[in-house]
Amino acid sequence: MKIAIVGFGTVGQGVAELLVAKKSEIEKKIGDFRVVAIADLTGSIWGEFKLEDAIRLRKEKGRLPGDRSAMEIAEEEDYDVMIEVTTTRLEESGIAYMRTALKRGASVITSNKSIAYDFQGLMKLAESKNAKLMYEATVGGVMPIIRLLNSYLAPCEILGVRGILNGTCNYILTRMEEEKLPYNQILSEAKEMGIAEANPKADVEGIDAGIKLVILANTIGIPAKFEDIEITGITNITPQAFAVAMQKGYTIRLIAEASRKNLRVSPRLVPLNSPLAIKGTMNAAMIKTDTAGDIFVAGRGAGKFETATAIISDLYELVRTR
Amino acid sequence: MSELFTLIVELEDKPGQLLRVLEPIARNGGNIVGIFHQRGKKTPLNRIPVEISFTADSRRAEKIVEELQKEFLIRQFGKLRTAVISLLLIGHVIHTDLSDTIKRVDNSEAECVELIVTMPERDEPSTAMITITAKSREALERALERLKGICKEKGILVLEPINDEI
Repeated sequence: MKIAIVGFGTVGQGVAELLVAKKSEIEKKIGDFRVVAIADLTGSIWGEFKLEDAIRLRKEKGRLPGDRSAMEIAEEEDYDVMIEVTTTRLEESGIAYMRTALKRGASVITSNKSIAYDFQGLMKLAESKNAKLMYEATVGGVMPIIRLLNSYLAPCEILGVRGILNGTCNYILTRMEEEKLPYNQILSEAKEMGIAEANPKADVEGIDAGIKLVILANTIGIPAKFEDIEITGITNITPQAFAVAMQKGYTIRLIAEASRKNLRVSPRLVPLNSPLAIKGTMNAAMIKTDTAGDIFVAGRGAGKFETATAIISDLYELVRTR
Repeated sequence: MSELFTLIVELEDKPGQLLRVLEPIARNGGNIVGIFHQRGKKTPLNRIPVEISFTADSRRAEKIVEELQKEFLIRQFGKLRTAVISLLLIGHVIHTDLSDTIKRVDNSEAECVELIVTMPERDEPSTAMITITAKSREALERALERLKGICKEKGILVLEPINDEI
């Protein structure tokens, strides 16, 4: 199997490092494989090269040696699978690489939430080319939710999903619950710890969770677009709110909810004994089904090797279902 | 969605009995909203009838009663035909005329039955936990929509609970 990696930042390097470190185990599952090309905004590498060298060059020199663009690599190189792990921007960006790969009949495995902007279109394109678009890593990091919905729970009607899909918000709310500190103080602490980005707008205003909810909704057969999601962030939550909520046995979490009735991301009262009252940067989801009752999953929503694990897992699944 | 249940249990007149009744309710996720101790109404066996109201979903309520029946004499158990919801309001709850907010939610089929308010420092947003009961789930839904509309108009953030229903 010939693999092209587009995007060679944290996640891309994580994938490459896992492919090197677990090569023999991975080959037992998917057969012989080779990374034939890597490209990101800094540069590219293709042809005969060792994956270890590419990782080292990117780390030491800060860039890959070649000058062909990611799009040229996507259009011209010969690969069976594209691992598309560019950064999600709140626009279409990474989708262009995915479309190029799919049009050529190559399957795509991505961690890029941009697929939310044209989920149906991309899926139709993949189907028409007999290729697959796999996206476990886009929602909840390594928390196994997409395959759970698409595969294991395939016999069920999914009545709805409620999830904690943003680790930054959950961290801030957990700290507020435990320490009764004001929002701004916890936000600066989270920034210092690298849990919140310098510009945390997309996280704390619920946009990131909203994009993930679009992907989840489409996965359960609700053809939602980003504009359909009603979004309220956590910026107005106060420590006093927690104190009052607790008198009634509740805490507060940012819940993304998708059902036929509701598509919304908003701070909600969560019973203290609910599994969704999960703490820290964890992601979690409660899935309500017609015949299997409620199913709960949780896991790390971000992280280099966590996300890379989800990507490799999709690679196994791709081979298994081919 | 939680519903309000009430039961009357007969307890022996000795210390610790009430606690033993309440424990299974709390452990099974019931939220106790009222206890009425009728000391003056002792039964011939010298027991005291205690009326306990709690909210829970119906599945949990059944489990609670089942557990209690093993140890106590339950004289009466039933669902009050009432739906209950507690909501958290954050914002200038008081300065946007709290009594007006409540008046506009209350009508013949629904009413605000409890309010917990924290008064913050001047000009800071305050927090209120409001509990609404209604004659039916549908009536409660309508009351919730009214409240959400009023709060939107007044710039108050409403936090809804996650219920069994999605």
